[in-house]
Amino acid sequence: MMDTAENQIAEDRRTRMALLSQASPKVFAKQWQQLGIDPEFEILRGPETGLVSLKGRIGGGGAPFPFGDATATRVSVRLVDNRVGHAMMLGRDTNRVTIAAVIDALCQNADDRKKIDSELLAPLEASILERDATRSAQTAATRVDFFTMVRGED
Amino acid sequence: MYVAVKGGEKAIENAHRLLADRRRGDQSIPELTLDQISGQLALAVDRVMSEGSLYDRELAALAIKQARGDLIEAIFLVRAYRTTLPRFGYSEPVDTSEMKLERRISATYKDLPGGQMLGPTFDYTHRLLDPGLAMGTVPQEPEQSHETTVKAMRVSDILAQEGLIESDGEASSREPADITRTPMEFPLERETRLQALSRGDEGFLLALGYSTQRGYARNHPFVGEVRIGEVEVSFHAPELGGSVIIGRVQVTECQMVNQFKGSAKAPPQFTRGYGLVFGQSERKAMSMALCDRALRAGELGEDRVAPAQDEEFVISHSDNVQATGFVEHLKLPHYVDFQAELGLVRKMRADHTASSQPNTDLEAAE
Repeated sequence: MMDTAENQIAEDRRTRMALLSQASPKVFAKQWQQLGIDPEFEILRGPETGLVSLKGRIGGGGAPFPFGDATATRVSVRLVDNRVGHAMMLGRDTNRVTIAAVIDALCQNADDRKKIDSELLAPLEASILERDATRSAQTAATRVDFFTMVRGED
Repeated sequence: MYVAVKGGEKAIENAHRLLADRRRGDQSIPELTLDQISGQLALAVDRVMSEGSLYDRELAALAIKQARGDLIEAIFLVRAYRTTLPRFGYSEPVDTSEMKLERRISATYKDLPGGQMLGPTFDYTHRLLDPGLAMGTVPQEPEQSHETTVKAMRVSDILAQEGLIESDGEASSREPADITRTPMEFPLERETRLQALSRGDEGFLLALGYSTQRGYARNHPFVGEVRIGEVEVSFHAPELGGSVIIGRVQVTECQMVNQFKGSAKAPPQFTRGYGLVFGQSERKAMSMALCDRALRAGELGEDRVAPAQDEEFVISHSDNVQATGFVEHLKLPHYVDFQAELGLVRKMRADHTASSQPNTDLEAAE
């Protein structure tokens, strides 16, 4: 059983990866550059590109079945102060995944985590929400309003 | 029979050089970029990802460029590339009920929760060629609507409330056979059939789906729902603390609703065919759902009378990389086979002439 602190670390890690992997690569690169952190690190594992076999479910909620693969890249890094970070994302952009692993490593320290949360993850989350909201509003504008043709004979 | 032949190296080298030149075309015209293909030929990219069975827009765009727009050749390239990559494992099943909808329509309910959203569709266009596009135009900014609505629930869930439709079925504990890992063995589980159909050739599945509508395994289909949009992909990675979202993919899902007169075991109710494919590939998802339903004939106690109900026929011929490989191999040198057949036919003709000769003589004599 993991204790609460460990659970929190794992939870933070998952939240971070979810944000970094869903952010637009361009916005991610720009925000990372603006952050002005560029620590030295060594690669522990990878970066390795491989396949993740994607599963769906029959009817949307039934038995799982694989319906195709996606490329994914993973990497593990170690900073000079021995903080270790991991990352995995869809696609083959090793540079982006490596930066994500460095961010993961940095976040093992509370001060760095605070800075990254507020100056990188918060704006990234905002940009994801904004992009989704725009698309959703564009789709909503194509919603059909039915009206019944009133036929005469009254 | 295949006999190794040497020779033609120079010809092959020059042919490939010529191919590269013809692929580039007139060099005074700007070269296509992968971003252009991915962004402006997006549905071609979707088809290559779906039938190449690899979600990677950039690779699919590269394949289309390399294949000069021959999509089956592009699919072949993507499949070949796939085999060079290590396999990390399976994702968690994607949750299509949480899809970020770009389109959602139903042909069975007009006023369903969440509404009908047409999205970027060709439907209701007049199919008139647009000379404006030939000139290059800047499209209008898309309209936006910020009206809040309820979540778009699945149409199958609406029918399920009345018990009028079969459920999604139970998820079994066993792992279904994966056609990318183990050779297919008939009869197949429905899961395995769906995996094969999802990467199957759009044209082949379309024709089979069409055949069911025309009476070859008629099953009265309605589009319960088609939805297109992005779904989150989660992967279990222990180093990242468990199941973690590693990105999103765009998929098209089709729930086909079909009449079913009932059997000894089940009362009359609606049954379903299911389609799930990469990208915006509505025709493919619908065709897949029609074929899925037709292939359930055995399970639902229906007579198997039509090609679309014949699992071995459908699944064995749905893969266009296998199909094109076997058909196109016919153009490779078969000189030795043909020499053998030529000898055989000459001998048969000689025998034929010899055996018919006495009769002719006899007739002449008479």
